[in-house]
Amino acid sequence: MLTIENLSVHYGGIHALQGISFDVPEGKIVTLIGANGAGKSTTLKSIVGLVKPSSGGVSLDGEPLQGLQTKDIVRKGIVLAPEGRRIFPNLTTEENLALGAFARNDKDGVEEDKRKVFKLFPRLEERRKQKAGTMSGGEQQMLAVARALMSRPKLLMMDEPSLGLAPIIVKMIFDIIRTINAEGTTILLVEQNAKAALEVADYGYVLETGRITFSGPGRELLADDRVRSAYLGESTGKK
Amino acid sequence: MDIATFFQQLTNALSLGSLYALIAIGYTMVYGILRLINFAHGDVFMLGAYFAFYAITAFAMPWGVAFIVAIGLTGVFGMGLERLAYRPLRDSPKISVMISAIGASFLIENVGIVLFGGRPKSFPSIALFDTVVRFGSISMLSVSLFIPVITVVILGILLWIVNKTKTGLAMRAVSTDLDAARLMAIDVNRTISLTFGIGSILAGIGGIMWTMKYPQLNPLMGIMPGLKCFIAAVIGGIGNIQGAVLGGFLLGFIEIMIVAFLPELTGYRDAFAFVLLIVVLLAKPDGLLGKNQTVKV
Repeated sequence: MLTIENLSVHYGGIHALQGISFDVPEGKIVTLIGANGAGKSTTLKSIVGLVKPSSGGVSLDGEPLQGLQTKDIVRKGIVLAPEGRRIFPNLTTEENLALGAFARNDKDGVEEDKRKVFKLFPRLEERRKQKAGTMSGGEQQMLAVARALMSRPKLLMMDEPSLGLAPIIVKMIFDIIRTINAEGTTILLVEQNAKAALEVADYGYVLETGRITFSGPGRELLADDRVRSAYLGESTGKK
Repeated sequence: MDIATFFQQLTNALSLGSLYALIAIGYTMVYGILRLINFAHGDVFMLGAYFAFYAITAFAMPWGVAFIVAIGLTGVFGMGLERLAYRPLRDSPKISVMISAIGASFLIENVGIVLFGGRPKSFPSIALFDTVVRFGSISMLSVSLFIPVITVVILGILLWIVNKTKTGLAMRAVSTDLDAARLMAIDVNRTISLTFGIGSILAGIGGIMWTMKYPQLNPLMGIMPGLKCFIAAVIGGIGNIQGAVLGGFLLGFIEIMIVAFLPELTGYRDAFAFVLLIVVLLAKPDGLLGKNQTVKV
């Protein structure tokens, strides 16, 4: 569905992405893992047009997205739940959700999707009139995911959804990722929590300083010694 | 001072405060969305008055039509200003945009002197607004009563747009987080343009009502009200519409009442705004209604 070809990004003098290529097949969960500064967030930002690539490109179902503005890429069905959540703190839960559905004009469909996300996150329904900035970190992350779902995306990209959250909330977020995917949404997940990400992912890519160094099905990467020693913090027995 | 004089001054303060509030909103909305002080805003206010003047005198429009045309032109002018002077600098450092704003202000003032002439012009009298109204021993021009009423109606419409419409929601989103707003599929450029349009429309309405009350036009007439309304916006808490209204009324009241109660200070009238600004900033650096925003990470 989504094809990234030879994508390169420069930030000032830094070559943040050095020609990476990968695919996100329809209906799957794909994850990008890697250390801080490897280029994971940059990849997501350039897919959605917030960062302009210096070469290479992204296409959705064969259609190139180069030169399109973020708003138009989002309207094509790619949505990003960004790093740090970036919910609108001075707006209520409901207003945040309405913004998620900003591009849509089907009022009934939006109402229906709102009921759906409230079913997925009952906590948000309790907080519907509350200013998002006053909610807990976990609730804000739920809101960020719910807001992204409100656009009825074909492809949901999530940047570090587990960052800074209590383990029980992290588990809940990953359960939700499975549920959303089972309902037909393709997912591209960026995580530092490599173990949790690889456990849900159909396919994983490891990014190291702007290059993809390993790739493979999630389970295989989870078992790979190099990945385990570098990203899962496990001793592999080989010295 | 007897009660009649007091009420007389009270209406003066209300109408001046209304005008300040209308202009201050333009500063605060643009600041809220772009973190830019639009130094040319006072000059947009001046243009509103001139557009109405020429629509009546040169194009012989009935005043009602002339006002609508002038207000519309002012709105379009504000959007054009954003397009030409600010949008090309969207990704530049803030200081460049600010310098561009100062440049735009000088440009408009001086082109105004060339086109309109430097000599003040008198605004034609319109009977509906120039009638003297009497309540017992109080007498005032009807325009002083119209101004607060029109202002309240406009504020109502504005708050409805900002708080209840999709466009308003987009404005609030863009003013909080530009990139997050882009991710919501909001057309950020269009939203910013509309914000300038609305702010300029309010300045145009303010400019026209100003010349009804003080019927002299000159190309530099926007400087002092512009500066004071910027101060009003800061006093109220810049970025906050209610704050701008509060600041505008506060400034109008203080200016009128100090002169009324202490006539010997009349010569310092323009200084009150600056004194008030210093006092408020010392006591509450974010302005009266500004919040000290804390961000949760």
